[in-house]
Amino acid sequence: MTLAIPPEPLLWERSRPGRRASTLRATAIPRAGAADRIPAGLRSTASPALPELAERDLVSHYTRLSHRNFSIDEGFYPLGSCSMKYNPKIAEQVASLAGFARLHPAQPVEHAQGTLELLWRLEQGLCALTGMAAATFQPPAGAAGELTGLMVIRAWHDAQGDRRRRVIIPDAAHGTNPASVRLAGYEVAEVASDANGLVDLSALDKLLDTDVAALMLTNPNTLGLFERNIAEIAEMLHRVGARLYYDGANFNAIMGRARPGDMGFDVVHMNLHKTFATPHGGGGPGSGPVAVTAELVRYLPGPRPVRRDDGAFDWGSEPQSIGRVHGWHGNVGIDVRAYSYLLALGGDGLRRVSEMAVLNANYLLAQLAGDYDVPYPGPVLHEFVLSARRQKKVAGVRALDIAKGLIDRRIHPMTVYFPLIVEEAMMIEPTETENRETLDEFVAVMREFAALTEAEAGPLHEAPVTTPVRRLDETRAARHLVARWVPSAPA
Amino acid sequence: MVTYRWGWTQRRPGTKVRGRRLSQSDGTDARTDRTIAAVNYTPHTEDDVRDMLAVVGRADVDGLFDVVPPGLRAPADLGLADGVAEADVLAELRRLAARNRPVDERVCFLGGGAYDHYQPAIVPAVTGRAEFATAYTPYQPEMSQGGLQALFEFQTLVSEVLGLPIANSSLYDGATALVEGMIMCMGSTRRQRVVLAGALDPRYREILDTYADGSGAQLAAVPPRSDGTVDPQAVAALAEGAAAVIVQHPNCVGILEDVPRLAEVAHVAGARLLVSGDAALAGVLEPPGRLGADVVVADGLSLGNGLHFGGPGVGLLACGVADVRRLPGRLVGETVDIEGKRGYVLTLQAREQHIRRDKATSNICTNQALNALATAVYLSWLGPQGLRELGEACLAGAAYAAEQLSAIAGVELAHPGGVFGKEFALRLPDPVATAVALAERGYLVGPVVRLAEEDLLLVAVTEQRTREDVDGLADGLAAVLAADPASASVVEPAGVVEPAGVVEPAGVGR
Repeated sequence: MTLAIPPEPLLWERSRPGRRASTLRATAIPRAGAADRIPAGLRSTASPALPELAERDLVSHYTRLSHRNFSIDEGFYPLGSCSMKYNPKIAEQVASLAGFARLHPAQPVEHAQGTLELLWRLEQGLCALTGMAAATFQPPAGAAGELTGLMVIRAWHDAQGDRRRRVIIPDAAHGTNPASVRLAGYEVAEVASDANGLVDLSALDKLLDTDVAALMLTNPNTLGLFERNIAEIAEMLHRVGARLYYDGANFNAIMGRARPGDMGFDVVHMNLHKTFATPHGGGGPGSGPVAVTAELVRYLPGPRPVRRDDGAFDWGSEPQSIGRVHGWHGNVGIDVRAYSYLLALGGDGLRRVSEMAVLNANYLLAQLAGDYDVPYPGPVLHEFVLSARRQKKVAGVRALDIAKGLIDRRIHPMTVYFPLIVEEAMMIEPTETENRETLDEFVAVMREFAALTEAEAGPLHEAPVTTPVRRLDETRAARHLVARWVPSAPA
Repeated sequence: MVTYRWGWTQRRPGTKVRGRRLSQSDGTDARTDRTIAAVNYTPHTEDDVRDMLAVVGRADVDGLFDVVPPGLRAPADLGLADGVAEADVLAELRRLAARNRPVDERVCFLGGGAYDHYQPAIVPAVTGRAEFATAYTPYQPEMSQGGLQALFEFQTLVSEVLGLPIANSSLYDGATALVEGMIMCMGSTRRQRVVLAGALDPRYREILDTYADGSGAQLAAVPPRSDGTVDPQAVAALAEGAAAVIVQHPNCVGILEDVPRLAEVAHVAGARLLVSGDAALAGVLEPPGRLGADVVVADGLSLGNGLHFGGPGVGLLACGVADVRRLPGRLVGETVDIEGKRGYVLTLQAREQHIRRDKATSNICTNQALNALATAVYLSWLGPQGLRELGEACLAGAAYAAEQLSAIAGVELAHPGGVFGKEFALRLPDPVATAVALAERGYLVGPVVRLAEEDLLLVAVTEQRTREDVDGLADGLAAVLAADPASASVVEPAGVVEPAGVVEPAGVGR
């Protein structure tokens, strides 16, 4: 099977001197000698080694590369915590409208009324869904949102002359949480999960003092479980003057069903590239707006779109803003797509999104619970975690083997080995956009893998065999780093 | 009997209710529209839902949310509008887009970090391919080789245009890349003080300030001289004990800096030189990495990504081999599979947040992969010859524009002793009013930058601007100044007026 997909050379391996794709317009301003006015020490001495290809060759190169990439448009992508749902096509069409795509970020507000209005309306929508007072669109991704939210909390404490040192995160948290905590200048304190997979309240109580700035939580958490003690947790945090941070990675579970604001959260970031179905781009761009309660609005990054009394939109800035967190106004092109999603679905549509996402996850769990260990009892919301420890023990089949086996069935693997507190973890998030046949097919494959004996498991250890390359040597990649094309030495 | 009328006398259902609560709208019709819209992206039929609930052991959908304590359940109506059909989404987004005044309605000489370089048709054709656009981060390399190889090629291209051997596979934008570069330099020197040399973009200064508190950076600025450049001797005086000297080249008023000399000054003091460069000029300016910079960053918005009101673009970052373990974000490396076949993987992941958690070099996870692809396609489309011609066209156009504009009475180059690239600053009576008046005449210039207590008007000239464009701008500027810009009226485009028939959303908040 592997022979069916020939390797695609690198751009430089397809390059031939003298070929080109680019054309530049005739400006009637002579170019010859234009670089002569550059001081010799700063002038280009040798051209950067860009490849030389005709447009036709470039297109075939990238088309062939695209054939070596799996995507949500092709098939099922139950990557836990990533909400890989279908991306509506209308979003691409509207984002490419010249009014949005051809707007320069330094144009005056009079030229950007449509975009400012869009951001303002999207802010209203996100605040309605989360129960918050106001939002910023500057953070370009979820992790940037986390950092922004933590900086806002820090500014709020600072304004009261109350500098704090620690932020608490659960042991099942996403890696971005502790990394953002450090970048914001705090130390990390980890709170354990209890036997039910929820925040251990007594452990939390022991960590709480007036040096704690915040607790960061996803709810539902990374095990797909709703933190049902959340109101009590919020009270505990607020009692010591700390704030409660909502990591919106799992917001797809509760839209229209529960609001972080009602639970006692003070800061919320959302991943519009997950929950609001904007395409993930193979690793971005995203958009990570941050919404906050009324007491924190004055610290949000600026400028922010505001509506003037005459109905026109303007840039406003908050009196004690933490400052800028993006070079311009955030990933506005993604916000445009997200707004089209908000309009298309509306309040009830978003509620149905979460309902069907939760139904799909529970449907899968109900059918796989007999085949794999379920380390934490449900009920779950939009995702769940299975363990392959039984398969590992009985047949030597690890979560990694199951993941690679799925690839040969043209199903993208689930998230594996996360959360860290589960042995041989397999984190599965089907999302709301998958139909029942897709879910049933996944169940059938997973059952087949679960039942393999040691003698039968050979092919799984070999998998994948249908891909352009087979299992790759990651150790070699790290030990003998080759991070760019290098011209081969002349013979 | 059929009669024809010109146009419609009634609104179509759904148009009027946009932005309004269900409870206040037309009721059942809107509910039907909403159901249809929702079904579009959630495929289950009523039978599917019933059967699946039975498998799960719940009586109804509400039962799936029993775990949410009753006091924390959201009200049925959050005050959000109902969903609408796709055609209505398009109509509403077209309405909003029409309220914007995209650059093509005028002649664009805007700069200040975002430039109207041409975006060739091949870029959206490639990035629009769903295989790239709708994939996740390539955690499973065997089924992500296309994206991984494209990012490996991107790293090579960035390494070439910035002039250092290692480039990562993208950061958010030029501003956040500068922050990440600063943090790298602080890590490698174990020092806290950072010298901001010369005319640094005020937006960059703002973001460095934002991050300074958490990162512990102590920022000290050296102001530019009258020729727009920074005095390396003045930098030397502050560089002792500093982690990094940060310089923008060309700087925020378009002037080239003496990067080789600044590298010497920084290195003598044991500091790193971090340069924020312009990759679009890499065909005519020596890449900063070849001039002694230790870390080089750049903004890739204008390198094939279009404008999009400033995002999504991409941040480029390159460094030396010695710094590779301090590199933030994703890095793609070449390796082989079990059959010895060449392939690509995300590598050195021990630097990253999902492995190293609070010890990670950065918190970045989702970055700008699709924008990195756009920049890779763009640079490959240019090729070495195109890159050189692009740079020459910018240099030639800017020189011609500077000559024409500075010949106008009352206008002078703000930094006549400095050498500019594709952008320069003008000193004239009232820069803001002048920019407003020029916009009325069909020319976009700016932004206006405040430097040393003085407002200066930036003019950027890309390869897109012709002699006719520049001559028109010069004529316009002469006319505006002759008419006294201070008395010019403020631009009031039709877009400011609220179109009839749009009702306020009833969201919470303000």
